[in-house]
Amino acid sequence: MSILVIAEHDDASLKPATLNAVAAAAKVGGDIHVLVAGLDAQPAAQAAAKVAGVSKVLLAADAAYAHQLPEDVAPLVVSLVKAVGYGHVLAPATSAGKNVAPRVAALLDVQAVSDITGVVSADTFERPIYAGSAIATVHSADAVKVVTVRATAFEAAAGEGGSATVESVAGVDASGLSSFVSAELAKSERPELTSARIVISGGRGMQSGDNFHLLEAVADKLGAAVGASRAAVDAGFVPNDYQVGQTGKIVAPDLYIAVGISGAIQHLAGMKDSKVIVAINKDEEAPIFQVADYGLVTDLFEAVPALASAL
Amino acid sequence: MGTAVVSMQIKDPRYASLFNMGGAAVASRVSILERPPWPIEPTGANQMKVLVPVKRVVDYNVKIRVKADGAGVETANVKMSMNPFDEIAVEEAVRLKEGGKATEVIAVSVGPAQAQETLRTALAMGADRAILVQTDAETQPLAVAKLLKALVEKEGAQLVILGKQAIDDDCNQTGQMLAALLGWGQGTFASKVAPADGSVTVTREIDGGLETVSLTLPAVVTADLRLNEPRYASLPNIMKAKKKPLDIVAPDSLGIDMTPRLKTLKVAEPDKRKAGVRVSDVAALVEKLKIEAKVI
Repeated sequence: MSILVIAEHDDASLKPATLNAVAAAAKVGGDIHVLVAGLDAQPAAQAAAKVAGVSKVLLAADAAYAHQLPEDVAPLVVSLVKAVGYGHVLAPATSAGKNVAPRVAALLDVQAVSDITGVVSADTFERPIYAGSAIATVHSADAVKVVTVRATAFEAAAGEGGSATVESVAGVDASGLSSFVSAELAKSERPELTSARIVISGGRGMQSGDNFHLLEAVADKLGAAVGASRAAVDAGFVPNDYQVGQTGKIVAPDLYIAVGISGAIQHLAGMKDSKVIVAINKDEEAPIFQVADYGLVTDLFEAVPALASAL
Repeated sequence: MGTAVVSMQIKDPRYASLFNMGGAAVASRVSILERPPWPIEPTGANQMKVLVPVKRVVDYNVKIRVKADGAGVETANVKMSMNPFDEIAVEEAVRLKEGGKATEVIAVSVGPAQAQETLRTALAMGADRAILVQTDAETQPLAVAKLLKALVEKEGAQLVILGKQAIDDDCNQTGQMLAALLGWGQGTFASKVAPADGSVTVTREIDGGLETVSLTLPAVVTADLRLNEPRYASLPNIMKAKKKPLDIVAPDSLGIDMTPRLKTLKVAEPDKRKAGVRVSDVAALVEKLKIEAKVI
């Protein structure tokens, strides 16, 4: 049976998490088709056609999909599932994927499987529960498996080397249930949190939002993304899209530097798969040191500027 | 003008307590004057009933222990609380009512008898009444969404606000599924909710920033962390909540099959990370990162 992967894209390009979802699809096994639904999404569709392992790209270009609202994308996915007979629908477990996949599943009357970190077989998956405190292995007997994929758990498929065909598919009637009003996307010269090779995050120990410029100085030297713990977000230091953790973003960079972060389980769930973890905290009892490869017990207000100048 | 005396049957059990009848099964004839002493059902276009589903989960401060036989996590003798995202949803619904945007807030839970405590918390925060769909079965999002759909239709709710995900199964599905089953729009991961005539504007937390969408009412909204800061229930409100109506219904009575679609084969501890080494200063750290870890 073939697999449909819902691409995450911004018309011009594919978002990296799509490549991880394709990698998970390859583990399931079967023909991999990628759906690119958008308005001017031809470039994203061309990019999807080059992804290794993809055999076909379905391009649904329609004004109704300009903002990829789930009320319109979900019926399109359902119509494709019914027409082609897909056995699996996969989407990245990003804010877009989490928004649309359960809607697709409910329309198909199947129980979705969220945020998988492992493919045991075509119908059995591993997924974290309780903020990553436990890993459940679940079996789905539903006719179609609707699954979201945690990007950091799957090595990305190669973005080059594939030569899939691009086929246009007709859209379904606009639902009229929702309309896009506006988007306010953080403009940053820095890499995105979820795809950055290095991440430096601050916690409540930063004491204020202004003090995050100390982290930015280090980030600029390293080409790193800047993140935060939920405590720092709750305290209003930084916006929620900085949040690393079970209720925020899941990251797994080569290097993760936790500054003034105690290491609540909520936060650890979002970063413990990083290759190398550094913790800087003046409290030597902080739980973050239990997962850190390198721990520095010191006042961050001295250590972070020193780190910036040492790099 | 004389006083009209009418005689009517109290069929709806939620009104029973007003007459000190005490039981859900009581149906009795009473005489009342001119208008009933309970709130009159809203009928106008601006009258909005809000349904708020809440889940009883292991408290977020509890350290989760996986059972030795791999059958699940330990929930016996563990502190249970309302799912934190659902608390935010209750708060938002109560604020809508306080702001004159909603007429009634109905808290709903699907779970065991003890979920009544969770519903009492919602009532103490300001919900008007509560419904427990009592079941000891495992609650998976699709079945819960179907139950909620039945209740939404029964109650005539125009807005459903619930947490974006429960912190036990971390599914993040129920709101989206409910919206799909009802054929309604969905405003997930909301950080701002502004109902207007016939529509609701929802600002959503998305990767990389915020997105604002307009949904035709009725609609489903799921709450994210920054939507509001839930209040603590005051003691007088906790006392008052004990007297608010709480109905208990069975899933069967709503015609919904609770049989889980996903079978959990095992639950295991995640791989543990080993603690590394302490470094003495920044210079030593930079050297380790360059020479040993080779990441910078």
